[in-house]
Amino acid sequence: MDYLLSDEQKMVQELARKIAVEKIRPVAAKYDQTEEYPWDVIKVIADAGLFGLFIPEAYGGMGINVLNLCLATEELSRACGGIAVCYAASALGTFPIVLFGSEDQKKKYLPDLASGKKVAAFAVTEPEAGSDASAIKTTAKKDGEYYILNGLKHFITNGGDAETYVVIAMTDKTKGARGASAFIVEKGTPGFTFGKKEDKFGIRASSTRELIFTDCKIPKANLLAKEGMGFIVTMRTFDMSRPGVAAQALGIAQGALDLSVKYAKERHQFGKPISSFQGIQWMIADMATEIEAARGLVYSTARMVDAGKTGVSKESAMAKMYASDVAMKVSLDALQIFGGYGYMKDYPIEKYVRDAKITQIYEGTNQIQRNIIALQVIKETAK
Amino acid sequence: MNIIVCIKQVPETTEVRINPETNTLIREGVKSIINPFDMYAIEESIRLKEKFGGKVTVITMGPPQADAALREAISLGADEGVLVCDRAFAGSDTWATSYTLAGAIKKLGEFDLILCGKQASDGDTAQVGPGISTHLDIPQVTYVKKIEEVKDKIMRVERMLEEGFEVIETPLPALLTVVKEINEPRLPSLKGMMRSKQAKIASFAQKDLNLDPQNIGLCGSPTQVVKIFTPPQRTGGQILTGEIPEIAEKLVNLIKDEVH
Repeated sequence: MDYLLSDEQKMVQELARKIAVEKIRPVAAKYDQTEEYPWDVIKVIADAGLFGLFIPEAYGGMGINVLNLCLATEELSRACGGIAVCYAASALGTFPIVLFGSEDQKKKYLPDLASGKKVAAFAVTEPEAGSDASAIKTTAKKDGEYYILNGLKHFITNGGDAETYVVIAMTDKTKGARGASAFIVEKGTPGFTFGKKEDKFGIRASSTRELIFTDCKIPKANLLAKEGMGFIVTMRTFDMSRPGVAAQALGIAQGALDLSVKYAKERHQFGKPISSFQGIQWMIADMATEIEAARGLVYSTARMVDAGKTGVSKESAMAKMYASDVAMKVSLDALQIFGGYGYMKDYPIEKYVRDAKITQIYEGTNQIQRNIIALQVIKETAK
Repeated sequence: MNIIVCIKQVPETTEVRINPETNTLIREGVKSIINPFDMYAIEESIRLKEKFGGKVTVITMGPPQADAALREAISLGADEGVLVCDRAFAGSDTWATSYTLAGAIKKLGEFDLILCGKQASDGDTAQVGPGISTHLDIPQVTYVKKIEEVKDKIMRVERMLEEGFEVIETPLPALLTVVKEINEPRLPSLKGMMRSKQAKIASFAQKDLNLDPQNIGLCGSPTQVVKIFTPPQRTGGQILTGEIPEIAEKLVNLIKDEVH
């Protein structure tokens, strides 16, 4: 389908595709196996300028364009959902500074994030605070010119490898959700250490670690927006980043379809390529159609965000939920087309199933997304 | 350092098919790319520019669509592109091509270095680079795998041999042809791609260059293509056994039979 992309959008797509094919595809299996952070690929993505896609030009970026970010993430994910999320998670960690940072904060942090010299991470989740973000226990106590952070964040993508972290902590527990605040924390700050690195089912090229804060002293200047704005920062950030997760899922789905169609044309049984059998053809037809439907949803949502529309939570949730459900279904069907070979790690398709699964879980489980969608639909009809 | 890089646009596939009736390449449906060997020359020129400053000008002779190859080079970091394009240049062999490119380079003015890929992936002649240096009367070093040092208008390079390499010093300006061992070409950057889209490509035709009509295009090309064919697959061959003088005699007889 032709999405009438601009010349710039086509360039982003073409460049990301080139990186995916030439630099990611050859190393995807290696990083999946070793679980090392793919610094060499991150450097290629940085040199290409793709980290600038979510940062304003005034700070060394290319201007914020969520559709561009989606196109880049989709293409990178076609080759490896794990490497792509290292990139997308940096966008997630950067958005709070872009959206709520003061001029000084933007000047200090954004240029290095735009050039890809440093990557970012966003830390909300805690062992007891997953879908229920209001249960956050990490505290930030004001002490003169500083805040003292104490607590534990876990499942933090890019944790340990990122240099710049945006951390949500409670400045006033009595106020509940309105008592949370967002802070910029630099790697190397005394009292800020990393816990265990998770051994994951999929997206294994990306790092997922615990962040541990023990009397970690943060300058007051590192508070984002104002005290009590933590949840607003989080929600606005997710509105911007959810289309990116949807694009990651979309890329995984497309990558799985690409592989399975190629395989179906090469694999012969009963003297014919299996792509000539209707059973396989109907699977391919459904996969391709669902991917295209997801793409329409993702690109349209990204365009709404880029057009400055507010209140895109419903569309964002729809795009994330639908694209990730499609990625799960399509990757499983793709593996089915590969038959017994698909179950073996010698073939690349099983990795897509593992990588797809997380997209239904993180950045709000698909059940939470359905809550958001349903509430919004009900609210709209009540008017 | 003022560097000129000569590139060629070639069909992408390494399995180019030939129309058996016309003996020409079947180009339909085959994407055009920059000759892969030229990518190393472009990369080396950008690295030299990053190190010593200066300017990289990329030049190609070809049809109007070769504009895309020049723009791709600009997206990688080259500064300017020059397209040498005229119906009068059509059908050029390596003599006419190197003569024409040398003429275009003369028109560009002062330069320190010309870089070429070692050969083009379609013609595989490896003659155009050395031809340009001859027409310009400047030194040439072929198959360069490393530029060791540039100092006081002298360049020291490593030139690849079948076994090992030799170290050569050449005064500048000079022409080098480079091999793939010299570097790993970068990918374009988004900013480079945007710049390349807006870049103005200079175009040189015969009227701009005023070249000797006897040395350009088809009539300026001494090469005649008699036949193009896919070489037959090499078969098993024959192993001769016995004492050396005995083998030699058998071999001579076999060759004699083959000739008759």
